Amino acid sequence: MGTTASQLGKDLLSEYQELTFLTKQEILLAHKRFTELLSKEDKALPNPRIPMQSILTLPELKSNPFRKRICHVFSTSDMKDGSLTFEDFLDLLSAFSDSATLEIKSHYAFRIFDFDDDGTLDVGDLEKLVNCLTGETDDTRLTPDEMRQLINNILEESDIDKDGTVNLSEFQHVISRSPDFVSSFKIVL
Amino acid sequence: MTKCGVSVLTTGDEDEVSSCYEEHEWGKNRVKGREKEREKKKRGNARKKGASRAGRGDEELEERAERGEKGRRRRKRDNHDGKGRERDEEEQAEEKSGRAAKNKKNLKNERTRKMEQEERDTEEGDAKRKKKNESAKREEKKEDGGKRAVKEKANAVKTKKHKKKVETSEEEDVEEEEEEEKEKELRPESLSPEELEKLKEAVDEKKKLIQTLRGKPWPMKKKLSTLRESQEFLEKYEGALGKGKGRRLYAYKVMMTKKWMKFQRDFENFKTACIPWEMKIKEIESHFGSSVASYFIFLRWMYGINMILFGLTFGLVMVPEALMGRPYGSMPRKTVPRADEASAMDFAVLWDFGGYAQYSVLFYGYYNNQRAIGWLKFRMPLSYFLVGVGTVAYSYMVVIRTMARNANESGGGDDNSFNFSWKMFTSWDYLIGNPETADNKFASITTSFKEAILEEQESRKDDNIHLTRFLRVLANFLVMCCLAGSGYLIYFVVRRSQKFALDGLDNHSWWERNEVNMVMSLLGMFCPMLFDVISTLENYHPRIALQWQLGRIFALFLGNLYTFIIALMDEINLKRKEEEIVKFNMTVWEASLYNGTVPENSTAPPVTIHPADVPRGPCWETMVGQEFVRLIISDTMTTYITLLIGDFLRAVLVRFLNYCWCWDLEAGFPSYSEFDVSGNVLGLIFNQGMIWMGAFYAPCLPALNVLRLHVSMYLQCWAVMCCNVPQERVFKASGSNNFYMAMLLVILFLSTLPAIYTIVTIPPSFDCGPFSGKSRMFDVIQETLESDFPAWFSKVFSYASNPGLVLPFLLLMVLAIYYLQSTSKSFKEANVELKKKLQMQNEENKKKSKRAALKAAMDLEEARKAMTQNGRNATPLLTDQEGQLPATRAPVPRTYHHGNHGAPGYLPGIPRQTEARVHRAPSLQRH
Repeated sequence: MGTTASQLGKDLLSEYQELTFLTKQEILLAHKRFTELLSKEDKALPNPRIPMQSILTLPELKSNPFRKRICHVFSTSDMKDGSLTFEDFLDLLSAFSDSATLEIKSHYAFRIFDFDDDGTLDVGDLEKLVNCLTGETDDTRLTPDEMRQLINNILEESDIDKDGTVNLSEFQHVISRSPDFVSSFKIVL
Repeated sequence: MTKCGVSVLTTGDEDEVSSCYEEHEWGKNRVKGREKEREKKKRGNARKKGASRAGRGDEELEERAERGEKGRRRRKRDNHDGKGRERDEEEQAEEKSGRAAKNKKNLKNERTRKMEQEERDTEEGDAKRKKKNESAKREEKKEDGGKRAVKEKANAVKTKKHKKKVETSEEEDVEEEEEEEKEKELRPESLSPEELEKLKEAVDEKKKLIQTLRGKPWPMKKKLSTLRESQEFLEKYEGALGKGKGRRLYAYKVMMTKKWMKFQRDFENFKTACIPWEMKIKEIESHFGSSVASYFIFLRWMYGINMILFGLTFGLVMVPEALMGRPYGSMPRKTVPRADEASAMDFAVLWDFGGYAQYSVLFYGYYNNQRAIGWLKFRMPLSYFLVGVGTVAYSYMVVIRTMARNANESGGGDDNSFNFSWKMFTSWDYLIGNPETADNKFASITTSFKEAILEEQESRKDDNIHLTRFLRVLANFLVMCCLAGSGYLIYFVVRRSQKFALDGLDNHSWWERNEVNMVMSLLGMFCPMLFDVISTLENYHPRIALQWQLGRIFALFLGNLYTFIIALMDEINLKRKEEEIVKFNMTVWEASLYNGTVPENSTAPPVTIHPADVPRGPCWETMVGQEFVRLIISDTMTTYITLLIGDFLRAVLVRFLNYCWCWDLEAGFPSYSEFDVSGNVLGLIFNQGMIWMGAFYAPCLPALNVLRLHVSMYLQCWAVMCCNVPQERVFKASGSNNFYMAMLLVILFLSTLPAIYTIVTIPPSFDCGPFSGKSRMFDVIQETLESDFPAWFSKVFSYASNPGLVLPFLLLMVLAIYYLQSTSKSFKEANVELKKKLQMQNEENKKKSKRAALKAAMDLEEARKAMTQNGRNATPLLTDQEGQLPATRAPVPRTYHHGNHGAPGYLPGIPRQTEARVHRAPSLQRH
């Protein structure tokens, strides 16, 4: 789209500013970081994509348990491989930026938590989510009993229409009351 | 009417609003005289688009599908008017890929079913729209059509109100594109006023779309293309608005707004670039999570406030006095007394803020009581007083405003209703970029889950409740003892230091001179540790324990501060007695001087006396100021030294001794220190309290504090990054933000109390400071009123300050507060009530939809039977609707809900659903 050159065009830059919650400096920084991740041959391509593996090497994402989900959610790749173009990358940073609205943050949070991409958080999604949150090691894992209890409690609280799953609006309803979602759902380069 | 409003009130789900908005749009469109058939088709498509969002989950796929549909639609349209060829091609390409994706997906069974759901929805929507259209167009007096129209109108009204908040949804976008197409057919020249109005509206909407575009969860490509499209549209039609002169004016206005926007954006960028230490804090944030960063943000905020206080005192008090006031040595109060002259430049004395430092602009005593100074006729005493008041007033304003904003942000919502969900959905701190912190976070999340489950399971697990109770009482008793002991110690030390001071400081050792400050700092250092040990007795939940700990440290600091102040008060009284004596002696001395000099020279005897030789009063104000400055200095020093020893030295020792030690130092006992957020925040708050208290008597205090905070920022940033490890219990920052703020407010109040008390009740010293010679400090206001303002003003003022007027005013304020509070309470109640209603409605909806689904299933059964009878007739129907009919054959109630509730425009609960249901029921029956 015109991001081919190592520098961003002025028009494009202002358009990106219009379309994201990022400031000019942040966009330029993002571009710098993005081009650093690109391999030599990719740079020649008109609209280069960074494979998920190299995205995950970013220190900002490295220790995030949802890193793969984040890539998948923001990727526009047809292959579903989680690879990101620069614009996807900007989308990501915009959603995770300081000034992004609660709506957009909660929207993407929902999609990140929706592991099977079916539009609702069902029991399977919630289980995966808990496992992500408790880490990979065995001693921090919850027992199946605890897991069941936990998920029941969660559904009891947030599944307002009692259909056994949490949908986007229920999710946003819950999230909007949370005092610290906006402050913690942030990734800064 | 209330429907949209309700949803906004309860959840603020904007999609809901926007769907209402959309409805309104439909209404508007309908008014436009367009060909019905085409309209319908479009609407069907658009509806499809909207409905296809129902599945949400397959976002990407859907987006593709949408794009495909868009393309299809466009093509149709383009066939009509032959415009936008290139775009069309692009869209077609997209459409192809979209179809490919669709095909791929179709293989998956579940997905397809869902799609079918959506599509069925679409059909229903289509049918509904058709119906609606007809009814409204021909104005048939169908009952339900009329009702709907009213409803829509109401919705429209509502949405207008919320427009600003409304994130326009995708449907709206479609809407606008359609409108755009329509507008394109209109020639700008031949516009009737109505059409012009419409065009204007469209333009405004475009603008709004551009503004809200960034808040949309679309991929960048889509956003870009929409942006470009709308901008193109704007450029094309903005000029068309207005005629002749008006047009030029309009164009000019548009240009200016564009420029203004650009300027604003640049200014925003500039502003963010100007925020100091942003990168530093972000780095810390990514290493230690938001709670440690919150301390630094708090520190920065404090720095900002102190900068302003510093600006006030420096610019309006210190600089004018230094530049325009009488120079040093011109009068007794501005001269070091003869007795101290020898040691006035010694470092030890200066370090104690005695000697030359004492007789400088840094302290109250130096200021002259001359009403106006310099060629500017600067009213120095008045300025001094007003700056003192302004400092406090500004601080109150800022703290309260920040608190209110924080309270707004946190929503002050129902605390425990989503306990588990919050733990689940919001407990991860995405800023964490450090594996170690991440591990700690995993552990803390796990424990919090487990604890929550335990609490839920057995909300009261009483294993020997008596023992726990006893231990808690004991712990509190011990803490009280500590507090009382520390209070007594400080009082004792301050009294002793007064004795030392009376003896003359030179006879005592360094320790004895600095005893008070050292004791206070040491207490502040060790008592919290003691409390920490004691609190292990209590066996509280860590969060509660932290709050207790904070409360206790707060009490300790407060107690210490107040003991200090009480001791100071004693000292002030002593000094005032001394002052009486000095005053008496002065008159005697003056008389003797006068008597002695009269015979020789009657005109200017005082001139011969050097100001340094004039006897002077003790000037208690300067003494108070000095005490505070010393306190701040010693406090700062202790903080830095603790930092260096406790953190840095420890880290160095642990790191390097670990090579030759018998156990693992890094993992074992000493290990590295954690960053103590709460302790540091408390320290900062108390430091600020002292500034507020002492700033009136020592104008240099804000400057000192700015310096201190500045150094703190760098030193602590460095210390955190180089020698601290992430906390084991990673707490969230924002929950405690207002807690800290509340403490700051309490401290502000408590620290202004004594300052105001001294200002109001104690007469100022007779021979030093800007208010010398007055009976009270605030007399300066009256003096100004009398001499600088016209007579009527002071009259008005005296009337206004009459109790008969002030009391009713106060009463009125109290009433207003009461009124506001009661309304807020009633709002809260209304909220609860609405929530209940929502739940009820949901239940009802569910029942209804279940019934409808059952009915649909039965109908389908029948239809199938009918179809098997004459199957050949059914096939064309199938192809006609692009294979959507089978979709209706998924009468599984659960999945049906699924699709339904997944629609983002639909709130849990929700009126709009009922509405939709009302329409949908008949359309369902038709199948």
